[in-house]
Amino acid sequence: MSEKLMVKGTEAIGESAIRAGCRHYFGYPITPQSELTEYMARRLPKIGGVFLQAESEVAVVNMLYGVSCVGKRVMTSTSSPGFSLMQEGISYMACAELPAVFVNVMRGGPGLGDIQPAQGDYFQATKGGGHGDYRMIVLAPSTLQEAVDLTYISFDIAEKYRNPVLILADGMIGQMMEPVEFPEFVDVEKLKEPDWILNGADGRDPRRITSFDIDPHNLEKIILHLMEKYRKAEENEKRWEDFMVDDAEYLFVAYGTMARILKTVVKLARKEGIKVGLIRPITLWPFPYERIEEMAERVGFILAVEMSTGQMVEDVRLAVKGKTEVLFYGRPGGVIPSPFEVLEVLKKYVKKVRV
Amino acid sequence: MKTTVKGRGYIEIDQQRCKGCGLCINVCPHELIKFSTKFNSKGYHPAEFDDPEGLCPPCGFCYRVCPDTAITVFRIVG
Amino acid sequence: MKNAEKLKAVVFLKRPESLTDKEFTYCPGCHHGIVHRLVAEVIDELKIRERTILVAPVGCSVFAYEFFNVDGTVAPHGRAPAVATGMKRARPDLVVFTYQGDGDLAAIGTSEIIHAANRGERITVIFINNAVYGMTGGQMAPTTLIGMKTTTSPYGRDEKRDGYPIHIPEMLKEFKGVAFLARTTVSDPVEVIRTKNAIKKAFLAQINDLGLGLVEVLSACPTGWGMDPVEATRWVKEVFSKEYKTGVFVDKVK
Repeated sequence: MSEKLMVKGTEAIGESAIRAGCRHYFGYPITPQSELTEYMARRLPKIGGVFLQAESEVAVVNMLYGVSCVGKRVMTSTSSPGFSLMQEGISYMACAELPAVFVNVMRGGPGLGDIQPAQGDYFQATKGGGHGDYRMIVLAPSTLQEAVDLTYISFDIAEKYRNPVLILADGMIGQMMEPVEFPEFVDVEKLKEPDWILNGADGRDPRRITSFDIDPHNLEKIILHLMEKYRKAEENEKRWEDFMVDDAEYLFVAYGTMARILKTVVKLARKEGIKVGLIRPITLWPFPYERIEEMAERVGFILAVEMSTGQMVEDVRLAVKGKTEVLFYGRPGGVIPSPFEVLEVLKKYVKKVRV
Repeated sequence: MKTTVKGRGYIEIDQQRCKGCGLCINVCPHELIKFSTKFNSKGYHPAEFDDPEGLCPPCGFCYRVCPDTAITVFRIVG
Repeated sequence: MKNAEKLKAVVFLKRPESLTDKEFTYCPGCHHGIVHRLVAEVIDELKIRERTILVAPVGCSVFAYEFFNVDGTVAPHGRAPAVATGMKRARPDLVVFTYQGDGDLAAIGTSEIIHAANRGERITVIFINNAVYGMTGGQMAPTTLIGMKTTTSPYGRDEKRDGYPIHIPEMLKEFKGVAFLARTTVSDPVEVIRTKNAIKKAFLAQINDLGLGLVEVLSACPTGWGMDPVEATRWVKEVFSKEYKTGVFVDKVK
């Protein structure tokens, strides 16, 4: 029987991970997600789990690498500057086909930036923040309930594709409190151990887990195998939300907290006679290009709104293929656009089009 | 079993595995190992065991310093 | 000439079980091969092969797992102690060892080894110090001696520009989490046995749940140093070990 509780976003994600069967967490304090690290420090030892605060995010991602090698569900959480430090390890894990769940609670950047919510890590998350030909499957919750639900399935997705998975949230989601319903506990004992893990060459040949092959033709084969997995993910894992799009004459595209704010803008705009809708990508990779392209054929323009200088908008332009105008509005640096501010921008563009 | 062995031990050096580094030659207390005049498939002059007097104890020093596990050491019992 | 019928040859010393048959890809005279064999001998003697995991470094021994009959992986440069930490914390019943060079451990990996040592991680670290970056062609490393010429210190290491050689065991010996710490060489048959004994204790530090075990082995890099193997081995004895004193720094294994 699942309970409904009033929780902070960071802690909700932690509890959801535990319910998904994650008993190993390695982390490092960084605003605005330290409560997730602290939550795991309190919770895991009480249920026979493993918590360790590592010396750096570089160490954290490598500890995840090790835990994944021996076949246990493992996660970490960090924020933008810390996530930058993890890119090397993520690249290695993707090539070595090691599953794990990462949470990036985005803050203003680049650099040390600030500690306010932002969406400036989209490129890093979806275009490969680390080196080489790989992808992360990127899940972007918009509410705390969605953060709980996406975290809960992220471990299955990571194991299905043997690839790192990223929950891309922002400081707003991390810090706000909302009532959520937690899912049932996965029985950790019943989790099947994969047949590729390193657990001792007892009565079998030794196994190797590596991201290195000195023969380029072999490495090419490995990478093409990764690409095949990513192709399957593109077929099966795209998720998005349609919000008031059926009669929409204009379209917003946004994700995460920004999308939540835009739902208010949509309602306000419709009160003023502007039929605008919203497509909210939930998977940022794989990105729902086709859905946006469909909508592009029906609307006067698409306005992408992000808490950045415009990163997801490039994927929107790719999706649209020139079928309609793609516009952008955003505020970087941790500034959160207000619904009224965005409404004014929308009205300005609508006026231009109607003229 | 080499009936020509006079002493209490002998060694076999894998001629293809040996890289002719010379560490065993340098360390044998009785100077029973020398570089072969032949080349092996890697292009090295491998080390060769030659013990006409049967002096090999065997002490195992050559085995200890060989970086390629090219040497197997035998003891004669009986 | 002994009576031929009564005589029998028995194997006295041969390649240990914990090594595969694959020929080492190291240079002639490289001490990696000696240490690999000693680690394998210890794993055989402690009977832990079936539950041992190896974390290889970035360096000449990046393919170390090809040579050992154990499960293995390769970590990003310097990160092996962190990877090993993750493995050991998740599966404390496994025996986890890292095998690292001086560039890997003493340059990019200093944070990881210090904190693994400080936490007393139950892992074993085999640290091969050859005073240069071997794999990439013999560049200066944190362990290069003052005045030593390498491809990135062509005029000799100058302490004003490059600082001093780093002594890892001297640094780590104050950490309470360390259970065994030693520096040895393999430059003669007696030293080889000392190294083997040290490696055994470094594994026992883990198996007996005492703390981190690390053995630094001063090793020859004939190719990197521009010397032949015998000359390089002599250099370890006569020059290298004057800067880096061999000995046991911490021994809680006894």
